[in-house]
Amino acid sequence: MEPKKIQAPLSDEDVMDLKAGDNVLINGVIYTARDAAHKKLVELMDKGEDLPIDLKGQFIFYVGPTPAKPGQAIGSAGPTTSGRMDAYTPRMLEKGMKACIGKGLRSQAVKDALVKHKGVYLAAVGGAGALLSKKIKKSEVVAYPELGAEAIHRLEVEDFPATVINDAYGNDLYEEGAKQYAR
Amino acid sequence: MRELAASTISDHVAEMCEEANIYLGQDVFGALKDALETEESPTGKEVLKQLIENVEIARDEQIPICQDTGFAVFFVEWGQDVHLTGGTLEEAINAGVRRGYDEGYLRKSIVKDPLFERKNTGDNTPAVIYTDIVAGDKVKIHFAPKGGGSENMSAVKMLKPSDGEEGFVDFVVNQVKTAGPNPCPPIVVGVGIGGTFDKVAVLAKKALFRPVGQSHPDSRFAELEKKIKEKINDLGVGPQGFGGRNFALAVHIEDYPSHIASMAAAVNLNCHACRHLEREI
Ligand code: SF4
Repeated sequence: MEPKKIQAPLSDEDVMDLKAGDNVLINGVIYTARDAAHKKLVELMDKGEDLPIDLKGQFIFYVGPTPAKPGQAIGSAGPTTSGRMDAYTPRMLEKGMKACIGKGLRSQAVKDALVKHKGVYLAAVGGAGALLSKKIKKSEVVAYPELGAEAIHRLEVEDFPATVINDAYGNDLYEEGAKQYAR
Repeated sequence: MRELAASTISDHVAEMCEEANIYLGQDVFGALKDALETEESPTGKEVLKQLIENVEIARDEQIPICQDTGFAVFFVEWGQDVHLTGGTLEEAINAGVRRGYDEGYLRKSIVKDPLFERKNTGDNTPAVIYTDIVAGDKVKIHFAPKGGGSENMSAVKMLKPSDGEEGFVDFVVNQVKTAGPNPCPPIVVGVGIGGTFDKVAVLAKKALFRPVGQSHPDSRFAELEKKIKEKINDLGVGPQGFGGRNFALAVHIEDYPSHIASMAAAVNLNCHACRHLEREI
């Protein structure tokens, strides 16, 4: 099946169009955050303060790239293990985040929150850092520069490939895919 | 006695850090291509195509295959007729890592203390270094940058001798099943059996340095490697866990004699970015 082109940010309707197993190509602006940035964002939410970025409709990509070589927009940039963000993801969805991109298993709490808040979890191919870096046309730090590679970056992406793992209907590609090919 | 300058070791190490992170070995690259041939799942095929393209882009553009350029792990076979001058081996290796990770634009992923501040050391040191003193006047350095995602899904278990082959196989397969998509499949499974609690973990790590496709010299273990690989692939987890027939590219077992009361076992996982290099100096 041909991959679906999707444009960031996402509306509720866009999210409801995505099903576990769909291959997509993401275009537009997405943001990065890893453990340290998530921790800071959730601390601000706890204090009721404004966040440095508006999460409404946004994609968050879990990534810590290699340093860019001169002339490169970004270094190798594949996804990191999403499970480390599980504790924070329901809060991010509450604040309007619509999609997150990483690799690996999510907790039941995250899957439930995706259904409740209409969100999707996608996986990019883990370890395809060189290939994915070519899909990122521009990268700039928008918050927490002191975190270095872990700072929140704004990325402009073109046809960034990812696969829907957990959709807003409660489906899980990791479970269904393995069942289909198990012997 | 042959004299060898510490700076020579550092030069080799710096080059190896860059080379290993940019060029995937032909053994693993070939295994990825073979997997593409046998894969039944369309999504699995798509993943494998991306992985093959990724290796080519990294090579052509001289950028790291994966952004996790790893913990620098070394196994050094030191010929006992070699005298190192101008510094210690540890300093020489760390100096090489520092330079290689800086000049190669590799990610620095090491924090100084594991529990409290977790402040990045800024240069990817210190390395993890194992040394064996061997006969002769040569030095052989084996290097692997070890990613965190797959390392985190590894385990040691002190099995009972009565658990037998079945208990051993179950332990390995269950550990890999639990890991699921997290270690970036298709994976290489390093397995240790025998020795002590610490020794078995090192065996499993060492197993990841063996060229993919080379089986254990003892035919009984070689058979077991094949059997475990089949069982793992029959889980259906497939490339990246999206479902498919290629969850593991290879299973490598390393063994050591055992205490009469023990049967230690360890699983150390590696992703498809199974980077390893060796050089003889
Ligand atoms: S597990 Fe391997 S391929 Fe995946 S992110 Fe880590 S180093 Fe890269």
